[in-house]
Amino acid sequence: MLRFDQVSKRYPGGHDALSRVSFELSSGEMTFLTGHSGAGKSTLLKLIMLMERASQGQVLINNQNLNRLSSSQIPYLRRQIGVVFQNHQLLFDRSVYDNVALPLVIEGYKPKEAARRVRAALDKVGLLSKEKLNPLTLSGGEQQRVGIARAVVNKPPLLLADEPTGNLDPALSAEIMNLFQQFTDVGVCVLIASHDIALIRRLNRRVLGLSKGELVHDGVLTNVDTATKA
Amino acid sequence: MSIQPPRRRSSNTRSARPGAKRVSTPEIEPTSSRGASSHHTAVGDRWQAYLLHHRHSAKDSLQRLLAKPLQSLLTWLVLGVALALPAILLISMNNLQALGQRWDGAPQMSVFINPRAQTAAIEIIQRRISQHDGVQQVEYISPEQALSDFESQSNLGSALRSLEANPLPPALVITPAAQLSAEALTELGAELEAMPVVDEVVFDQAWVQRLHEILRLGEVISLSLGALLALGVVLVIGNTVRLAIESRREEIVIIKLVGGTNAFVRRPFLYTGLWYGGGGGLLALLLLVSGLQWIASPVASLAALYGSDFILQGLGLSDGILLILLASLIGWLGAWLAVGRHLGEIEPQ
Repeated sequence: MLRFDQVSKRYPGGHDALSRVSFELSSGEMTFLTGHSGAGKSTLLKLIMLMERASQGQVLINNQNLNRLSSSQIPYLRRQIGVVFQNHQLLFDRSVYDNVALPLVIEGYKPKEAARRVRAALDKVGLLSKEKLNPLTLSGGEQQRVGIARAVVNKPPLLLADEPTGNLDPALSAEIMNLFQQFTDVGVCVLIASHDIALIRRLNRRVLGLSKGELVHDGVLTNVDTATKA
Repeated sequence: MSIQPPRRRSSNTRSARPGAKRVSTPEIEPTSSRGASSHHTAVGDRWQAYLLHHRHSAKDSLQRLLAKPLQSLLTWLVLGVALALPAILLISMNNLQALGQRWDGAPQMSVFINPRAQTAAIEIIQRRISQHDGVQQVEYISPEQALSDFESQSNLGSALRSLEANPLPPALVITPAAQLSAEALTELGAELEAMPVVDEVVFDQAWVQRLHEILRLGEVISLSLGALLALGVVLVIGNTVRLAIESRREEIVIIKLVGGTNAFVRRPFLYTGLWYGGGGGLLALLLLVSGLQWIASPVASLAALYGSDFILQGLGLSDGILLILLASLIGWLGAWLAVGRHLGEIEPQ
């Protein structure tokens, strides 16, 4: 589903954000990405989204080499990737419904079909009753769930989450993680960047640990891993 | 193969995408949806969705303008004034031209023949002149006819009759071809003057010719002024749209993050430019119509003093529509320039 092949990213100015990172994620797999801030987590996510391009190596999604995508093809790539942002990235000039419907409007769904999918996604995250509200009136946890509904509304095969539980209390975090787990059950590949070691340990899933741009851990966290302790 | 522009996507590529086991996602979607996901990619549906987004963008852009009525009205006024100015000049030119044409636009020349010339010689000359390329029409006016014309047009008939002989020479009145320039006319005059038995060539209504030249100059000036002001309108709209883009930066970033194409992001702003331009054109039209209304009666009284039935020519319906369309086009162009310049700078970070 998602493959990194000896990927390096050097920013202008000579800073190496990632060096020779290789891993592969398959469909239906839930993986955590950990590391100190500045370890390269966001760069890695940006490479998948094509917000940045790799300096060396290849990133492949569904065997599609991202190096070969022209910038005009980027939007079509992004439609296959659902992204949950730490700061939610919601639009406060429109309702919860319209926020979630945005990817479908962009893709050109018929309003009727779009409505069905938006309601299904909102139902999934338990916010169906709040579709008419402005996201500003929602709590942080609810806003995050609106963001999740928007990320999955067009059923992307790949779901990225950047610190999705960053500002949430443990109970809410567990709830969000539970949602992600449900998506993996239907074949979605989920990659979650997170600091929350306790939560990761409890979930007992595969963990990719980054340190100074290098992949230093790949596997389930069994005991305290010094390299990825955050 | 899975990432292609939509027109090349066949209706089943979504489900046929390798590795994407998304067909079986009833959890996300409680209602029965198997196969439904392929429907929306049909070409007809895509076209409908495209039109829908156009309609939505047009409506949304207009609503955004109307939501800030004062600010939008000011912009519209600026554009209206800028568009009305060259239009006023063009209308003035048209009216002056019409005024000039009332004195029979084409200037005439009188060729005075030596009074001692034989009738046969005059006939030969007349034939020669009428065959000339630059001449449209030649009319012979005998001394007798000239005398009677003069008598009827002036009160000096009795004085003339007291003279022993008719002092008026025979003449040929020549209407030059319409397309002749002032220089060609002078040349033609010199050519005629060099002919035998011709005494003198006099340009009648040369001032009409001059007026036409001045009007042509005026037209060029108003057109270039118009181009200059159109450029101003493009810049004003470009700047206004730039501010609109700036104020919606966050939204643009999010749209790009969830897969919006540049065309999708651009669309509402192009409509913003279109509405600004069209509204400016409409205001310009209102300014012109009310201005013309205002000066129409003074012009009519002035014309009446000169015994003329001259009527001020205003804007026709088609001219008005043309003005609004042109203004909309200019607005769209301004928006296009602003969007092309600033949208590329806004990328998700």
